[in-house]
Amino acid sequence: MESRFRVLFLIVAMISLSGCAATKNLFGFGNQSAPPPSSEGPGQVIDPEVERREIKEAAIDREDFEIGVYGGIMSIEDFGTDVSYGVRLAYHITEGFFVEGTAGQSEGGLTSFEELSGGARLITDSQRTLTYYNLNLGYNILPGEVFIGEGRAFNTNLYLIAGLGSTRFAGDDRFTVNVGAGYRFLLTDSIALHLDFRDHLFDIDLLGEEKTAHNLEGHLGFTVFF
Amino acid sequence: MRTGPGRGYPIFHVVDRGENVDILAQRTDWFHIRAANGKEGWVDRSQMERTLQPDGDQVSFERANIDDFTNAKWETGILAGDFGGANIISLYGGYSLNPYVSLEAWGSQILGNFSNGWMGSVNVVSEPWPDWRISPFLTLGAGVIRTEPKSTIIQGEDRTDQIGHVGAGFRIYTARRFLLRAEYKSYVVFTSRDENEEVEEWKVGFAFFF
Repeated sequence: MESRFRVLFLIVAMISLSGCAATKNLFGFGNQSAPPPSSEGPGQVIDPEVERREIKEAAIDREDFEIGVYGGIMSIEDFGTDVSYGVRLAYHITEGFFVEGTAGQSEGGLTSFEELSGGARLITDSQRTLTYYNLNLGYNILPGEVFIGEGRAFNTNLYLIAGLGSTRFAGDDRFTVNVGAGYRFLLTDSIALHLDFRDHLFDIDLLGEEKTAHNLEGHLGFTVFF
Repeated sequence: MRTGPGRGYPIFHVVDRGENVDILAQRTDWFHIRAANGKEGWVDRSQMERTLQPDGDQVSFERANIDDFTNAKWETGILAGDFGGANIISLYGGYSLNPYVSLEAWGSQILGNFSNGWMGSVNVVSEPWPDWRISPFLTLGAGVIRTEPKSTIIQGEDRTDQIGHVGAGFRIYTARRFLLRAEYKSYVVFTSRDENEEVEEWKVGFAFFF
């Protein structure tokens, strides 16, 4: 009996010296012989691999502006249709509203009167160049997604615009009201294609009576958000 | 995370609690983010503000409010209206010396039935109650006006005259950085003829401050 106790005591002594927590718990000594708390704080047990970062709002890349170019055709009332081109800058205020400035140029041809009358000219050649600028307010009325094939989706927007500006044509600057609709097709999150139709309305009295001329323009454009 | 920066775009991915996201860009109130698994999408401001910074603090983004309307230094805007029967389109920039007094520079294009023109002016604006949501102001300034008679008018020649003006109006805070502005100005054009001309102008438009 005595030797049996001696063996048991020896086993207990060996185990407690070995420091093996798992077997210690077998004998119910777990709590008493748990290792003393480390002198290092719990934060230093594992070195953080990621540096702590704060979100600096100023460092976030803001992409509210959109800049681009466009080209298309413009029909100048009584003066035929010719190529038009221009530049566009937009600022997106909310997901719905944006303001936009455009500046463009086209060229007027001969009126029917000038062609039939032979040599008579109503305006000089340099006065046939039409230049305009417009400041518009736009609204994305139908935002959406389109699918090309099975695996590709692109964001799109159908928008309406209206605004004011000035058109230089036939020797004068003319107050111009601008209305239209466009389709923005986002190739990526920051590159877009545009298809636009616009009506430039201004008063003109070159052919006798003063009238409001509707000058329709359709163009394709390319813009980048920044 | 949504597929596009708009409230109607479908939600295609949900970022798990405890996961990190990278902010790639911001457009209006939408954030373009990348999740830990590399998926990219758009989330709005209110959702971004429910995330935590790495140190455990709540994320918050500054948003312009009515205090900035009163205290912002710079302001720029576009107005349009009537200038003595002609149409006028104006662009301006302003700098606030203090909440009560600011300096402004204006450039305008005038498009009328008989003549067109350009006008440039500088003026001082006084706002007695700049902290009101609808803040009235008085203005005083001087500049030059260039008048070009229309090409279909036979008589008349281009001329440049000095102008002086007084006016009054309202700045109305709408939301975020934007305000509406409506104003009346009375101009005196110092012509080289015997009599000076007086012109009344009414304009409305919008502006933003920063």
